[in-house]
Amino acid sequence: MMSGASPVLEVLGLSKFFKAVKAVRNVSFSVARGKTFGIVGESGSGKSTTARLVLRLIEPTSGDISFRGRDLSAMRPEELRRERRHMQMIFQDPFGSLNGRMTVRETLTEPQMVHGIGTPASRVETASGLLAEVGLPTAALDRFPHEFSGGQRQRIAIARALATNPELIVADEPVSALDVSVQAQVLNLLRDLQERHGTTMLFISHDLRVVQFMCDEIAVMYLGEIVEQGPRERIYGAPAHPYTQALLASVPGRGSGKRTRLVGEIPSAHAAPSGCAFRTRCPQAHERCAVEAPVMRQLGDGQQAACHLLDKAVSA
Amino acid sequence: MSTIEQSLSESPSAGEEATFVSSHRPLWQRLIRNPAAVFSIVALVVLVLGAFLAPVIAPGNPMRVSPAQRFTPPGLEHLFGTDNLGRDMFKMVLHGSRTSLLVGLVVTLVSMSVAIVLGVISGFYRKVDVVLMRFVDGMMAFPGIVLATAAAGIMGPSVTTVITSLSIVLIAPSLRIVRGQVLVVRELQMIEAARAVGVPTMRILSRYVLPAVSSPILVQTSFIFSAAVLGEAGLSFIGVGIGPKDLSWGNALTEARNYIGQAPWIVLFPGLALMLTILSLNLLGDALRDVLDPRLARRR
Repeated sequence: MMSGASPVLEVLGLSKFFKAVKAVRNVSFSVARGKTFGIVGESGSGKSTTARLVLRLIEPTSGDISFRGRDLSAMRPEELRRERRHMQMIFQDPFGSLNGRMTVRETLTEPQMVHGIGTPASRVETASGLLAEVGLPTAALDRFPHEFSGGQRQRIAIARALATNPELIVADEPVSALDVSVQAQVLNLLRDLQERHGTTMLFISHDLRVVQFMCDEIAVMYLGEIVEQGPRERIYGAPAHPYTQALLASVPGRGSGKRTRLVGEIPSAHAAPSGCAFRTRCPQAHERCAVEAPVMRQLGDGQQAACHLLDKAVSA
Repeated sequence: MSTIEQSLSESPSAGEEATFVSSHRPLWQRLIRNPAAVFSIVALVVLVLGAFLAPVIAPGNPMRVSPAQRFTPPGLEHLFGTDNLGRDMFKMVLHGSRTSLLVGLVVTLVSMSVAIVLGVISGFYRKVDVVLMRFVDGMMAFPGIVLATAAAGIMGPSVTTVITSLSIVLIAPSLRIVRGQVLVVRELQMIEAARAVGVPTMRILSRYVLPAVSSPILVQTSFIFSAAVLGEAGLSFIGVGIGPKDLSWGNALTEARNYIGQAPWIVLFPGLALMLTILSLNLLGDALRDVLDPRLARRR
């Protein structure tokens, strides 16, 4: 399915139920080495839960996660902890994800220390190197997080994620909490760093423009499921699922007027609609959608989507 | 994506504050800028020095009676006056502080240590929590005064008895406070971030959870210290305390209560000493919270 390099991350049939709430349902995807895989969707679509499931920060209800060819879902706690050296995360909120009582020096040396990388002196050296990479002065080492602006803090969080030189970085809405002017800088920084380090990235965002800028491969999530997935050019150029089409039409300055924009809100995961989850908001919903859940259909070029309408398109 | 491309050419820190908000000073430097902290530290140092140097400052047995000098008002000869048995109140307050502060210190150390360890574990591990908190509920439901009376009955009235029963009684409320704070902190994103980094649980507890709950712990420590000092006085008052042979502020107050109209200074000076101790501890706790928690600190 994926051309070229072998996948760093492969997720198969991942689900997470919080009692009656089906937050993530049967999600499968794989991320090729050095590529950025984007997950896009509205609030409540399960994309952040998926990010945490992939790193096993939340235990999946079912499904397999294969990371670097090893089964992450079967790892015991200590084994998993050590494996975290190779997979790091950047959070949405740069205020909350840093320990306000640790200096930047401690924040950046800690990942190396807990994974037994280097000596105390070399760790500090690495830390100042990381600061330089994210565009902060070495003087920042002895400062505390509250002394920085939001953008600077997110740079520190990025530096921390890079501290163990991981193979995979999961970025959960890394720029959503930042000012628009700072967003672009942080995104560019992420892309530069990814290129330089050859890091694989799982990128979560609700912002279609951000995803388009960052990602090679994109999955669109709706109510805990992936409804469409494929290379960036296909998703943006020839979106197959009515939800993807509606999402794209909702982007300011992009909607052509031909496509229907999204109305209403995502239904509660407590009471997901029968059949196709999107049918309650789908402009093209018909009887079959209420009865039968659509399955993923291969559309060529690595694009796939789950919609009954595509049956006709494929057969015709 | 033209906006993103445009921004790329700009310097990486453009649009962000180039200067940092404030600088970081050592704890003591920030403490001495706080008048309340300075006052309480000075007061506590004086009290502790007084306790240590009591035999030097006021030598002799403070319990020695001299009936001829009973009810002497405060003056040059007897700074704090004398009581109904003619004992020098200055000497009694000074020597009494040794027992009062010792009981307070030991009880605080013992009960807070147990409360912090159990509270952090209870707050962080759900399974332990269920069992431990039912046990704490039981402890809270059991009246402390009954425990102290029973302990005095079994072990006899002594400093050790008072320390033991007060320590046990004061564990539960502190444990609940620590646990409650940990329950809040464990949900903070920095904990999830630390787990994502791969920080071992023990280090998360010591470097993330404990510092985050240190402010309420400090406030609680001052509260427990005063509760212990007051508790000792209360127990001594009803006769299940340290016993009449030893001397404490509580004991001094107990005997003084009969003469409060006749010779108010007998009550006044042990009471003032007690108040000064507790006030200083509370002020210090507040000052430490301001200084240790940058987010709560008043902007100057």
